[in-house]
Amino acid sequence: MSALLRVENLHKRFGALVVTDGVSLDVMPGRIHAVIGPNGAGKTTLIHQIFGTLAPDAGVIRLDGRDITRLAPHRRAQAGLARSFQITSVLPEFSALENVALAVQARAGSSFRFFRAARGQAGLNAPAMAVLERVGLRARAGMVAGSLSHGEKRQLELAMALAAKPRVMLLDEPLAGAGPEETARLVTLLGSLRDACAIVLVEHDMDAVFQLADEITVLAQGRVIAHGTPGAIREDAAVRTAYLGEDF
Amino acid sequence: MTLLIVQALNGAQLGMLLFLIAAGLTLVFGVMNFVNLAHGVQYMIGAYLGVSFALLTGSFWAGLVLASLTAGAFGLLLEWLIFRHLYKRGELDQVLATFGVILSLNEGTRLIWGSNPLELPMPDLLSGSFQLVEGLRYPVYRVAVMAAGLLVALALALVVNRTRIGMLIRAGASNGPMVSALGVDIMRLFRVVFGVGAMMAGFAGVLAAPLVSVEPGMGENLLILAFVVIVIGGVGSIRGAFVAAVIVGLVDTLGRSLITDAAQAALSGPASARVGPAVASMLIYLVMAAVLAVKPAGLFAART
Repeated sequence: MSALLRVENLHKRFGALVVTDGVSLDVMPGRIHAVIGPNGAGKTTLIHQIFGTLAPDAGVIRLDGRDITRLAPHRRAQAGLARSFQITSVLPEFSALENVALAVQARAGSSFRFFRAARGQAGLNAPAMAVLERVGLRARAGMVAGSLSHGEKRQLELAMALAAKPRVMLLDEPLAGAGPEETARLVTLLGSLRDACAIVLVEHDMDAVFQLADEITVLAQGRVIAHGTPGAIREDAAVRTAYLGEDF
Repeated sequence: MTLLIVQALNGAQLGMLLFLIAAGLTLVFGVMNFVNLAHGVQYMIGAYLGVSFALLTGSFWAGLVLASLTAGAFGLLLEWLIFRHLYKRGELDQVLATFGVILSLNEGTRLIWGSNPLELPMPDLLSGSFQLVEGLRYPVYRVAVMAAGLLVALALALVVNRTRIGMLIRAGASNGPMVSALGVDIMRLFRVVFGVGAMMAGFAGVLAAPLVSVEPGMGENLLILAFVVIVIGGVGSIRGAFVAAVIVGLVDTLGRSLITDAAQAALSGPASARVGPAVASMLIYLVMAAVLAVKPAGLFAART
């Protein structure tokens, strides 16, 4: 089986600070690949480079064999990459359904058929509803996104990412700020997304990571210090050193 | 009382012109975080082009259409030549560069059209006046300007609230990076917005041309008012721009006449003639400060 997303020898520095130092990783289809590491290890910077909001100094990023290293973010999205944001970033004054319909519309590529009516279109609303159903927000479809609970906003954000029918989804701390109950619900939801797309998961909640991940890559100071199954990572000496003193 | 009615109408009409300018400015600011001081230049260019095209074609109406379209195209040209290199830079660079554009274009207009103020005659159809109340006549043209502003506002509201591209524009104004993450080419979206904004400012310039003198630098006064409008209304919000434009137009126009009269009545001597206008010109900033104290993001904030 060949990798769906392949990051080869990525380098990035900000002045004297090396934030990504020869990082390589392979994301297999249908797998959840977690990227963990202590604060400042370069996880978010890596996500930014994979998605194209930050340009690497060197290295290659391939999606299904295609070199996407120099593509603009919206082109990568069209190529099958989706991302969530570290901050909750749904569009607050739109309803949940409108938010997802916007994502469906963007994917449909017809966004510049200028003056089509946006609402009441089965072509947009039916798939949007299906995605809302999938993340468990069907009952909230008509609610304004800003009035959803924190956990529901994260679900909505996942729905927007899913609506684009991505091949690989980049999730940057999808559990941040969620309470215990919300976390449990989101973990179940994330686990169920494996058959929709591959996932790159950056997350601080180690319980969730070990529950969800099929593979784990550990970063420290911009470098990959370990890679393997959750079981192998748990036993890895270098990882224990990197996380020394942290609850692991 | 009749004076008050006239001033209120004039204020509403200024509000409509301000809205035409501020609508483009607020979207450009909202979608791209781009501070475009040169937006007022579009208004001036529109007025000058209106004068020239009206002379050339012999028709105000042809001048209006041609000048608006050309102003829009000129805005896109500026965007391509200069502005697109500024989006990733800080506000200071944007302000300095677009201020440079103002200076160059004001000078450029002087070279082409000369320093003397030009006039654009009203179209015959709208040049009369009608009786508002007993003993008070009001020019038809000013009412037509108001109507045109309202129509554009209505059309814009329909596009922004009811169409696909409108939805994307609203989404882009409230969260650009996210819309781009959904696979939308935000630059292309932005160019559409920019072109339409430039065109509306040019349209406002032609509409205003018969009421003011067409001269270099005529855009700057309205630009400052337009910035006050988008701050009061909330950056990125069309509805906010509309409401705030009407507020600013009314407050500025009514304030100038009422406060000047009041100051003259309350004070005597040479000071009275100065105090009134000085206080009146502060009024809209006081309104802005009051709005910001209660709603720091403006009346209808689009940003999250």
